[in-house]
Amino acid sequence: MMTDLILVLVVLTNLKLLGSSRLGASIRVVAAQGVMLGLLPVLAHVHELSLHFAALAVGTVALKGVVFPWLLFRALREAEVTREVEPYVAYITSILIGLAALAASFWLGGRLPVSTVEPSSLLVPSALFSILAGLFLIVARKRAVNQVLGFLVLENGIYTFGVGIVAETPFLVELGVLLDAFVAVFVMGIAVYHINREFDHIEVDRLDRLKG
Amino acid sequence: MNALSFIPLLLALILSPLLFGVINRTKALFAGRRGQPLLQTYYDLWKLLRKGAVYSRTTTWIFRAGPMVGLAAAWVAATLVPLGNFPALIAFPADFLLFAGLLGLMRFFTVVAALDTGSSFEGMGASREVFFSALTEPALFVVLATLARQTGQLSLSTMFEPVSGADWLHGGPVLALVIIALMIVLLAENARIPVDDPNTHLELTMIHEVMVLDHSGPDFAFILYAAALKLWMLGALVLSMVLPSSGGNPWLSLALVSGGMFGLAVVIGVIESVMARLRLLVVPQLLIGAGAVATVALILTLR
Repeated sequence: MMTDLILVLVVLTNLKLLGSSRLGASIRVVAAQGVMLGLLPVLAHVHELSLHFAALAVGTVALKGVVFPWLLFRALREAEVTREVEPYVAYITSILIGLAALAASFWLGGRLPVSTVEPSSLLVPSALFSILAGLFLIVARKRAVNQVLGFLVLENGIYTFGVGIVAETPFLVELGVLLDAFVAVFVMGIAVYHINREFDHIEVDRLDRLKG
Repeated sequence: MNALSFIPLLLALILSPLLFGVINRTKALFAGRRGQPLLQTYYDLWKLLRKGAVYSRTTTWIFRAGPMVGLAAAWVAATLVPLGNFPALIAFPADFLLFAGLLGLMRFFTVVAALDTGSSFEGMGASREVFFSALTEPALFVVLATLARQTGQLSLSTMFEPVSGADWLHGGPVLALVIIALMIVLLAENARIPVDDPNTHLELTMIHEVMVLDHSGPDFAFILYAAALKLWMLGALVLSMVLPSSGGNPWLSLALVSGGMFGLAVVIGVIESVMARLRLLVVPQLLIGAGAVATVALILTLR
């Protein structure tokens, strides 16, 4: 019941990201999504709660809910970009594409032969939808910060998938994935700052004409 | 059909103007004013009915027919709407299509009457009304489709039966999404604050008020009364989703629905007090958002 609620909220936050026009609001939404997903394995395995799940939840919540937003807000502040998202695809069109992707995810999720230990039938569809929404955010937005956010949503989708498919992911693997995401966001935050200092803007559609 | 079936209709006809009074009182309380009397809408209606109507020489019969058709459509639609535990006076399969159609007819005649005056401001209001309603109607239909799918029923009276605790445990997310979408539809359809400010009288930003500027006397009373009925009907649909079942006791149901309805009016008043009206460019995003929320609910029921 609680996992269903969290997964529906994750779907809604993805749709909100597709329709959001403010970078700051988008960063907060991704942070909220990270916190909810950090709590997911604890709620899914509430009867057999071990130190493993508790440590993982604490780590995920701290990293995705506190460290990533802090890094991204810092990049946003220092790069002094305007706070608009500047989409290639308009917000309303993005939401409609998102709904189509959601329908496709549910259609596909019902047919994939991955009936392992998943605690909720919503898990696979919402994981697929997070992956698709993250990919779409990377492709359809101009701002570099927004592409970091798209990457994080994509990672959240894969994480959701992992919670459902594998009962006992090795602790080391999960920590490794978290560390990878951390390094990626860290590097991208620094890269955004430096690109901005050299070129006065961080619009990726102009990066094909780089001359130092 | 028994005597209880007349209760939703009678309550709607008698109490609907009181909703505006409760909303205004709530807003006044937030603003630190005493506010107008609770029965102010009744006084307004009585005053307007005793006045004469003024008609411009450029208008035709369409302008005179607009308010009457609007009120007639609202009356007929009120017979189809259930209220909490009380079923509607008239219920048949797919009556929600007739309900949406009657609301559409009411809007169509308000719009053509506004265009009939030839005023450019009323044309602007009419254009916005038609644009926004083209976005709220899909949301309303997706909500109705979700409920039809969830309950397996095709009539408003059975689709909107009171929900129990077991329903919330079983399909809580769907119910919550449907209630959110329906609430946005209610605010948009009745020109309440995130979409339109009922108090503003600046023609450049108004939607509903600007279309009825040229109506006077009894015609304007009809429009006011029809607007109150529309708010009551959509409110009754939202309320029927929220209220618990009363277990067949008519007096308890009566207390629940009248208390719930004025609780809903207080909620609308609070929303209007704490929120600003959205920019006109952002309103379509809100309405598409309502449609998206309803679609998520529909997809959740379809799986």
